[in-house]
Amino acid sequence: MPSNVNSLGRPVPDRIGERAMRPFAGAFALQAPPASPGLARARGPGPRGLGPRGLGPRMRGQASRGAPAKLVSSWDELLDRLDLYDGMTVSFHHHLRDGDAIINETISRIIARGYGDLVIAPTALFPVHDRLVPFVESGAISRIEGSMNGAVGAACSRGAMRGTSILRSHGGRCRAVESGELPIDLAVIAAPCADPFGNANGIHGKSACGPLAYPVPDSLCAEQVVIVTDGLVPYPCSPWSIRGGNVDWVLEVPSIGDPARIASGTTRLTRSPTQLLIAEMAARFAEGMGIIRDGFSFQAGAGGISLAAVASLAERMRSGGVKASFAHGGGTGILVGLLEEGLLGSILDLQSFDLDAVRSCRDNPRHIESTPFTSYGPQGAGCAASMLDLSILGATEIDLDFNVNVNTHSDGWLLHGIGGHQDAAAAASCCIVTSPSFRKRIPIIRERVTTVSCPGEVVDALVTERGIAINPRRGDLVELAKRAGLPVVEIGQLMEKARAITGIPDEPEFRDRIVAVVEWRDGSVLDVVRELDSKQEWPGERTE
Amino acid sequence: MSVFLAGTKGKSDCLVAFEAGGPRLELHVKSSVASLFGRAIEAAARKEAEAFGATGRLSIEDDGALDYVVASRVEAALRAAGLVRAAPIDAHGKGSPPARAEASRDRPRRSRLYLPGNQGELPINAGLFGADCILLDLEDSVAEDRKAEARILVRRLLEGFSDFFGGSEIAVRVNSLSSPFAMDDLAEIVGARPHCIVLPKCESSSDIEAWDREVLRLESSAGMRAGSILFMPIVETAKGVANAADIASASARNVSLCFGGEDYRRDIRVARGPAEEEIQVARSLIVLAARAAGIEAQDTVFSDVDDLVGLEASARRARSLGFSGKGLIHPSQIGIVHRVFSPSAQEVAGARRVLESLAAAVAEGRGVASLDGAMIDAPVAERARRVLVLAGVLEEKSGRKGARDAI
Repeated sequence: MPSNVNSLGRPVPDRIGERAMRPFAGAFALQAPPASPGLARARGPGPRGLGPRGLGPRMRGQASRGAPAKLVSSWDELLDRLDLYDGMTVSFHHHLRDGDAIINETISRIIARGYGDLVIAPTALFPVHDRLVPFVESGAISRIEGSMNGAVGAACSRGAMRGTSILRSHGGRCRAVESGELPIDLAVIAAPCADPFGNANGIHGKSACGPLAYPVPDSLCAEQVVIVTDGLVPYPCSPWSIRGGNVDWVLEVPSIGDPARIASGTTRLTRSPTQLLIAEMAARFAEGMGIIRDGFSFQAGAGGISLAAVASLAERMRSGGVKASFAHGGGTGILVGLLEEGLLGSILDLQSFDLDAVRSCRDNPRHIESTPFTSYGPQGAGCAASMLDLSILGATEIDLDFNVNVNTHSDGWLLHGIGGHQDAAAAASCCIVTSPSFRKRIPIIRERVTTVSCPGEVVDALVTERGIAINPRRGDLVELAKRAGLPVVEIGQLMEKARAITGIPDEPEFRDRIVAVVEWRDGSVLDVVRELDSKQEWPGERTE
Repeated sequence: MSVFLAGTKGKSDCLVAFEAGGPRLELHVKSSVASLFGRAIEAAARKEAEAFGATGRLSIEDDGALDYVVASRVEAALRAAGLVRAAPIDAHGKGSPPARAEASRDRPRRSRLYLPGNQGELPINAGLFGADCILLDLEDSVAEDRKAEARILVRRLLEGFSDFFGGSEIAVRVNSLSSPFAMDDLAEIVGARPHCIVLPKCESSSDIEAWDREVLRLESSAGMRAGSILFMPIVETAKGVANAADIASASARNVSLCFGGEDYRRDIRVARGPAEEEIQVARSLIVLAARAAGIEAQDTVFSDVDDLVGLEASARRARSLGFSGKGLIHPSQIGIVHRVFSPSAQEVAGARRVLESLAAAVAEGRGVASLDGAMIDAPVAERARRVLVLAGVLEEKSGRKGARDAI
């Protein structure tokens, strides 16, 4: 495969199938000179220079008067009415997380009808979707565009997929869908609440999941759009996260998933002393940088360290009498508590992680449901993430140039999607990565990360239990940190500290074949994932 | 043929199985980190097996154990099979003592943090939390059938990694004299030079004397200075409390007398009350005994990790009775306990004024100093000095360690 070397020094292919690929040239390289201060216009082919098709929303129309008959009575009737074919791209969202029943059901029914070579475009996959692996192995699923997690990712690493998969961030996926770079032939949208016209939301119904945000671009741009619901209500279903005018068919089923696995009770704070220590260091860092001041904003994920970091930030807000304007990203019970306590002006929520967040998203007008474009869209004139003062993110690895890996592990297995990592890192004013310096003997600081998921250019600091390493590009932060008495360590020293405990790991053995490419949010290629040598055995599910 | 096991399957540990027999060593390693550390695990295991001249089948199921854990588990399995080390442990062998500052009587002991002795991954970050004393436990947190492997693990940790513990003092709690494990614990641990040995269930001065004799013998055979290891006896029965004064003064190694409230409550058959009134007398007797012997008293643990308010109240009561520190079961308790047992800014300022007045009186040739209308007599001056010494020591320590008091 002919290849280029991108600005990170990674060899990347210039073509995947028929699609020409641009090498990554810098986090903001594809934007032309600013149209107004802080903004940029994209350049390149297409109406807004965002891709080969640049079609925008799909156009539909009505052939006759009156209410369109979208409601179908069974899966079979639905599949009869859909235009199905080999090689089609089918998209899904992950709001139902590990409780989702619709991805497996849809794919197995399409395959049972004899179609194959499918491209699956999910916003994320969960362990429940490990059941897709046999379809990968049989060739019925040829590749993934979007996010791969767990066993499906492992199957990709093993070389089980015929095609080359593409990994994108939430913002990058939204851009690719709306620009036509990722043409979706069929979007299947599981909805906890919907009406027969196709209006749908995620906050009502027995399978309530909170926002129904990730499928919004799919609903706008896919050739065929289906709502599958177990909470059918009379027209009009409100609020309408998905607008019925974008929906072709509505299927009512007894259940779209297992509510207990869609959202569970309050997310508990970690008790791990090391995680608590890292979280506390992250909050001290934010304090030292002068970020914790009235009206500031932040994003932190739902992982153990992130939640604890929010709790540590909150303690400082309370004692300093400081209120934040908003928190962005995933809704959690901890954020809801801060909103109700008055420490937060609002929550901008793409995805609810627990029942408290689902309830708050439904009942509290200051708990605002977002969309991928609103939150992360790189094609927009800014996004919610660009309004952030601080984003706190995780990593499986980080290297001496602060490049971050969130997709693969040091042993080469592809087990995670990018999520909003790139978008929150690139858009927020300050981005810190929190991580223990080693996990289960595997050091997280490497000379070079196994896979670049996010360029070090937009990563400002690494906070570990053994010190804080600040990106030398941010000389301003280094000064502030020293003045604040923070334990600042050079990232290379931090790597050596961890290695003194763990030893230096060997390198996994890869084959030449590229099984997936990692796209930057602007569509350029950051890195590739190569097939693992067959000697390596997948050690099973791993979490951060 | 029997199989001898050590360790566990699971995070950061490994399960080692050894079956003796045959002319050579057959090594099988299965690991969740095989492609990264498979060779390292194999090398660590082989080196250890060769030091024992072991032949037979040695299989390891690993989940990210560090080399010292792998070596400890292999050693434990081989010793369980009756093998005896033929070659000395290199690098950290008995001939090359760990690079660790000697035990010191005069250091703050506001917190002694208990860590279960048989969990390989726990101590690695223990020094980051800034506890004054880290206590590796071989007693209550280790199951009876794990005692042997736990003491090997603790020994290797002490031998290999003095720097895991930051500036904390290192103590090992051995099993009680009434158990069958006490002397084996000492034999394994003393040569690895912990700063302190914590002696549980002490009931009389003869208990301490028995410990003292054995430790002295082991110090001498390891070429250590006699008396270099300090004792922290725990009193945790009614009988122990009744004999606390004898226990506290029974050995020059004693550095502080600890109270074990959980076992004591069981012994006197009461549950914990809201204000811990059931242990007040015992606490006072222990402080009395300790101070009479010229050593410090340390309070019992507070076992509800989630109740930080209750912890603070318990610590304040202990301090008001004269204790200088408390046992902890989770690093999240350190911050509160250090705050309670450190002199407050007000106390430090008061102590400064006392000593300044005293100095002024001496300079002016006055025989008697007074402050705010009260005479500064010797005990007042001494207490002020003590506050400043303690504050000075603490300030110096916390300045040295960035992560200290972070939680």
